[in-house]
Amino acid sequence: MKRRWLRLAAVSAVALTLAACGGGGGTTPSGKPAAVPSIPMKQSIGKGEGQLNLIAWAGYVESGQDDPKVDWVHPFTQQTGCHVNVKVAGTSDEMVTLMRTGQYDGVSASGDASLRLIYGGIVAPVNTKLVPNYADVAPYLKDAAWNSVNGQMYGIPHGYGANVLMWRSDKLPSAPDSWSVVFEKNSPATGHITAYDSPIYIADAALYLKAHNPSLGITNPYELTQKQFDASVNLLKQQNAMVHDYWSNYLNEVHAFKAGDDWAGTSWQVIANTAQSEGAPVKTIVPSEGSTGWSDTWMIASHAQHPNCMYKWMNWIASPQVQAQVAQWFGEAPANPKACAYTEKGFCQTYHVKDYAYYKRVAFWATPIPSCGNGQNNCVDYSKWTQAWTDIKG
Amino acid sequence: MTTTSVTDRPEAPAGPTGHRLSALLHNRPGLRLGGLLAGPVAWLGVVYVGSLVVLLISAFWTIDTYTGALIRSFTLTNFETLFTQSVYWHIIGRTVAIALAVTVFDFLLAMPMAFFMAKVASPRSRRWLVVAILTPLWSNYLVKAYAWLVMFSNGGLIDWVTKPFGVGNPGLSTTATVITLAYLWLPYMVLPLFAGLERLPDSMLEASGDLGARPWYTFRHAVLPIVTPAILAGCITTFSLSLGDYIAVSIVGGTTQMIGNVILSNVGSANNLPFAAALAIVPAVIMLVLLAAVRRTGALDAM
Repeated sequence: MKRRWLRLAAVSAVALTLAACGGGGGTTPSGKPAAVPSIPMKQSIGKGEGQLNLIAWAGYVESGQDDPKVDWVHPFTQQTGCHVNVKVAGTSDEMVTLMRTGQYDGVSASGDASLRLIYGGIVAPVNTKLVPNYADVAPYLKDAAWNSVNGQMYGIPHGYGANVLMWRSDKLPSAPDSWSVVFEKNSPATGHITAYDSPIYIADAALYLKAHNPSLGITNPYELTQKQFDASVNLLKQQNAMVHDYWSNYLNEVHAFKAGDDWAGTSWQVIANTAQSEGAPVKTIVPSEGSTGWSDTWMIASHAQHPNCMYKWMNWIASPQVQAQVAQWFGEAPANPKACAYTEKGFCQTYHVKDYAYYKRVAFWATPIPSCGNGQNNCVDYSKWTQAWTDIKG
Repeated sequence: MTTTSVTDRPEAPAGPTGHRLSALLHNRPGLRLGGLLAGPVAWLGVVYVGSLVVLLISAFWTIDTYTGALIRSFTLTNFETLFTQSVYWHIIGRTVAIALAVTVFDFLLAMPMAFFMAKVASPRSRRWLVVAILTPLWSNYLVKAYAWLVMFSNGGLIDWVTKPFGVGNPGLSTTATVITLAYLWLPYMVLPLFAGLERLPDSMLEASGDLGARPWYTFRHAVLPIVTPAILAGCITTFSLSLGDYIAVSIVGGTTQMIGNVILSNVGSANNLPFAAALAIVPAVIMLVLLAAVRRTGALDAM
């Protein structure tokens, strides 16, 4: 009797779930580069719809919730009548997943998410003529691999930064000018190296090999053939033996450098500033090989319910005053260099705003997809990067 | 005026429907039982078992690597990757080893503590000892893990203590992970052991002693058979908590990866939920095998 009941319960549970999962199939696995879905672009902006639902990185949409003085949402609502609801996402993939629900109007996407959003038909092209402040955005952020396809912009640049090499000046015998200090055997920092805990870090190794192993023929660290990819992965496996820890929470890295557990590794300028302000003798550099970096873009959902408010938001967030507030709160370079008129003294020098030569050496994060820039289709895609990352850490 | 007879007065505050319902329930004990159990059983079936079934099913799906969309067609790809790539075997092996080490470590620490609390300490101090064991559970997990991070750091407490003896600080490593987890889960080992030992009558220890048994013999033949269910309860809790942990190891583990970290990276950075589901089945299977083995010993019956 008891057993029969159990079996019945189990069977009905399975039946229920199967029924629930039955619908919504029909997607085909794609091995080839998908065509960009054709989604109409907005031609004019009407009156605001009164609401705006955003997905953003922490610190990008502040309405005084963290610090009453840090607020660029309420002035926006006053000016446009659009009430802003924000959902903070922790990773690029969470952003993609949330955007797919269709409940949001826009997202502050990083380069490792943007192409997935574009190819997935989740975001629409942006008519930059409707965003007056776009004209002032730094030219090297326009029509870039991480925010446009075939010369069509899919968003408005927000801010950017480089993944710099940070080191303890008291621990290393001399100031490094190459990433070799974190990659090569016999590094003076052996056992005290840190690396960024994300598959996208494989690009850092590829960037290093681009300079030091020209026979591999790496041109873009995000477009790697299997051979180039394997070489990068092997370099990281070699590095693993010398690594003290992999960081993903930036406060952990501040602590590790402050305590002297870490002596050298990839970092962000804002981490260096924090560590320095807490008394750690750290310095940063973009080494001779260049470095990777991030550049975030505000994108509009293809099925946005409040498109007018979203366009107004994209123009608002790109305006010099708001850019100055966001950049200083988050610790990154503002996409609109005119913001420097409103930032604290020295801020734009620290973050190398308008320093074209500096950012020319930065390879901004982009989504690794099978189609390479050279028209071929033999590049390693991001899901393989993720599996390799597990393999590297062992 | 007083013609209203006693029988005409409504008997219960319930109306006619309530009346009928209670009569129905009274006459049909099966219905009564069903009504009482429907809620909990639905909870167990839909929320608990149902989500496990969804996990199992989605482990056979894949994702579109371009758009991250789910492809709902049956495939064994995830399990193929899991079983053919040696790195996953290493990670599973390491995770089980860490969980075992934590369990053994906690047992060795908890057994004397629990014995002292249950058999040696006075009832008054016993109460305070239980409070002392429970207090760490009131503070947040993350606070405790970060406290260990500070202690294992260069120049931290452990450096300071071990340096004079020439013993190295393990730094952020697998050892640090085992120590931190052992600290975090210790109360879950002490409490069942304490409860088990408390049930053990003192007279049995005395009788064993009177009959000339040495302490080890008493422990082996008088104490152990009675507290085995408590030991298993403590061990299963500690083991399963360690097996599923991914936060402590990401704070104090340095480069150490456990199953939980790989699941997290597949849910988070890779958005590969089906593969994460396939991985999540591994600890579930390990626990099922373990529980089946424990069941064979008959210890679960006494629990």
